[in-house]
Amino acid sequence: MAKSAASVNAMRRDHKFTWKEIKRQKVLLIIALAVFIYGIVFYYLPLFGWAMAFIQYKPKGGIFGSAFIGFDKFKFLFTNESIGFWRVMRNTFCMGALNLITSTFMAVLFAILLNEIKPKIIKKPIQTISYLPHFLSWIVVVGILHSALSSTGIVNELLMKFGIVDQAINFFAFPEYFWAIVAFANVWKETGWNAIIYLSSITSIDPTLYEAASIDGAGRWAKIKYITLPGIKPTFMILLLINVGNILNAGFEVQYLLGNGLVKKVSETIDIFVLKWGISQNDFSLGTAAGIFKSAISILLIVLCNAWAKHAGEERLF
Amino acid sequence: MEKKIKHKKPLNGWDIAFKIFLAVFMVVFLVATLYPVINTVALSFNDGTDAVRGNIYLWPRVFSTKSYKTVLAMENLLTGFKISVFRTVLGTLTSLVANALLAFVISRKRFLFSSQLSFFYVITMYVNGGLIPTFILYKNLGLMSSFAVYWVPGLISAWNMLVLRTYMKGLSESLEESAQLDGAGYFTIFTRIISPLCKPVYATIALFVAVGQWNNWFDTMIYNRLDTSLTVLQYELMKLLSSVMQQSGSAESAKNSANTITPITVRSAATVVTMLPIICVYPFLQRYFVTGLTIGGVKE
Repeated sequence: MAKSAASVNAMRRDHKFTWKEIKRQKVLLIIALAVFIYGIVFYYLPLFGWAMAFIQYKPKGGIFGSAFIGFDKFKFLFTNESIGFWRVMRNTFCMGALNLITSTFMAVLFAILLNEIKPKIIKKPIQTISYLPHFLSWIVVVGILHSALSSTGIVNELLMKFGIVDQAINFFAFPEYFWAIVAFANVWKETGWNAIIYLSSITSIDPTLYEAASIDGAGRWAKIKYITLPGIKPTFMILLLINVGNILNAGFEVQYLLGNGLVKKVSETIDIFVLKWGISQNDFSLGTAAGIFKSAISILLIVLCNAWAKHAGEERLF
Repeated sequence: MEKKIKHKKPLNGWDIAFKIFLAVFMVVFLVATLYPVINTVALSFNDGTDAVRGNIYLWPRVFSTKSYKTVLAMENLLTGFKISVFRTVLGTLTSLVANALLAFVISRKRFLFSSQLSFFYVITMYVNGGLIPTFILYKNLGLMSSFAVYWVPGLISAWNMLVLRTYMKGLSESLEESAQLDGAGYFTIFTRIISPLCKPVYATIALFVAVGQWNNWFDTMIYNRLDTSLTVLQYELMKLLSSVMQQSGSAESAKNSANTITPITVRSAATVVTMLPIICVYPFLQRYFVTGLTIGGVKE
C-alpha cells in the first residue's frame, strides 16, 4: 500500500511543469503542437465562417470586406415562403426520425433474434452477410434499390404475381412513398451493422440470469422481455441520445440521389438546401445561415433528450 | 404463456411458433440482403440486348463479358479507379499514422496537456462549421481541384483518435518504463513498443478509414468536379446511374431517352467493379471491426 502511494506521488511530481519535464517530453510536445495547429485550421477556422451568415458575403471582399446585415438572412429564411425552408426542415426532421425509429427497431430485433440462434455454423454466415450492405456506398445501394423498385424490377414483379396490383407501380413518382423508401434503404444498409453493438451488449448479460429464469419456468418470450431487453437498455439509451443529435444530419445522399422533380416537395433536406443555395446559387450567406440553424437545433435536441434521460433516471451522455 | 416449468420439457407450442418465426425472419432477411447483389452480378454477365427482355434473376441467361469490356474501355472509369485506389491507400496510411500519433501523445500519462488536447478534439465531434464555411476555407487553402482534398481534411478524426486512445490506455506500462530505463525515446517507444501491440486496433481504424475513402464521392462532386483527371470511381458510377434515376420521375421521358442511357448490363458491371474490392476484403476483417466497435462504444 505504502509503496504504491509513494509511486503515485512520484508520478505526480513528474507531471510538474518544469523545464526539465518539457525537455524530456519534447517529442510529445512537438507532435501535440502540429496536431493542435491542424485542428485549429481544419476544425476551428470553419466556425469563424459562421460570421458569413450575418454579412452579405462577397468572395472578393472576404469576411471583413462584406457588408454587415445582422439577422436579415435568418429572417429571409424563416419568412420567405417561396424558398420553402420550413418544408425542408419538416422533410429532414421527419425522415431523420423515421429512419432512427425503423433502423433502431430492426437492429434490436435482428440482434435479439440472431442471439437466439445457437449453432455457430448458422449464426456466423448470417452475421457476415448482414454486414455486407454497410460496406457498399450509397451510390451502389441506391442503384440497386432503384432497379429493384423500377417498373420492371423484382418488387413490382412479385406484387403482380401475387395479384396485389394489376399494373406496375412507379414508386419514385409518388411523394407518399418517398419517406418509406428512404427508411427502407437505411434499414437495408445498416441493420446488420447497427446490430453489432446490441449483440455485444446482449452477450455481456450475465448468463446465470437466464438459467435462473429457466428454472423459474420462464419461456423464450419472458426471458427476452425481462432479461434481454432490460439488459440492452443502457446501450439503447446512449445510442438514442447520440442519434437524436444526428437526426438532422441523416439526410443527404439517398435523398440527393433518389430525388426527382415529382417528389421534390418531400425529398429535399436541409443539406440539399444548403448545397443548392450555397454552392450552386452562390448565396454563401444564406447557406451558412441554414447550416447554423441546423446545428443549433441539433444541439438543442441533444440537450433536451439528455435532460429528459437525466430526469427519467436513465443513462446519459453528460 | 404457460406457467408450467419448462426446464427440461420438450418443445411446446410457443417454442415451435418462435422457431418458425425465427427461421422465416432470417430467410427473408438473407434473401432481401443477397438477392439484389446477386441479381446485379447476374445482369452484369448477361448479354446487353437480351437483358432488356427482363426476367433475369440469379444467373445470366445469355452469358457475355461484353459489359465488362465496355466498362474497362471507359477512360473516366479507369481514371476513377486509379484515383480511388490511390486515395484509399494514401488516405488510410496518413490518417492512421496521424491518429495513432495523436492517440499516443494523449495516452502518455506524463504528457502535460493530455486532457486539454483530448478535449480540444472531442469538441469537434459536436460542433462543426458546416458545408459552406468549410467550402470557403478549402477554397482559400487551395484545395480546390487538388488531390490533397481527398486526404488532408480527414487526416485526424476525433472518433478514431478516441478508439485508439482507449486501446493504448489499456496497455501495460511496464514495457514502456523498462524501455525508458534503457534510454529509449518516445519515438522508439511508439514504433517499437506501442505500435506492435496495437495491431488489432490499427486494423480496425484502417478498415473504417479505407471504407470511407473508397465510398466517398461527395468531396469529388464539391471540390474536384471540374477536373476529370481527379475523378473517383464512385462519382463516375453516380453519373452513370443518375442519368437513369433522374428519369424515373416520368415513364415517358425514360422511354424517349432509352437509347441515350447506358444499358442496364453496363451499369451493373460498373456497380460490380465498384463494390467488388470491399466485398472481397471485409469478411476477413470481421473480428477487427467488431472489437473496434466495442472499444469505441458507439458509432454509426
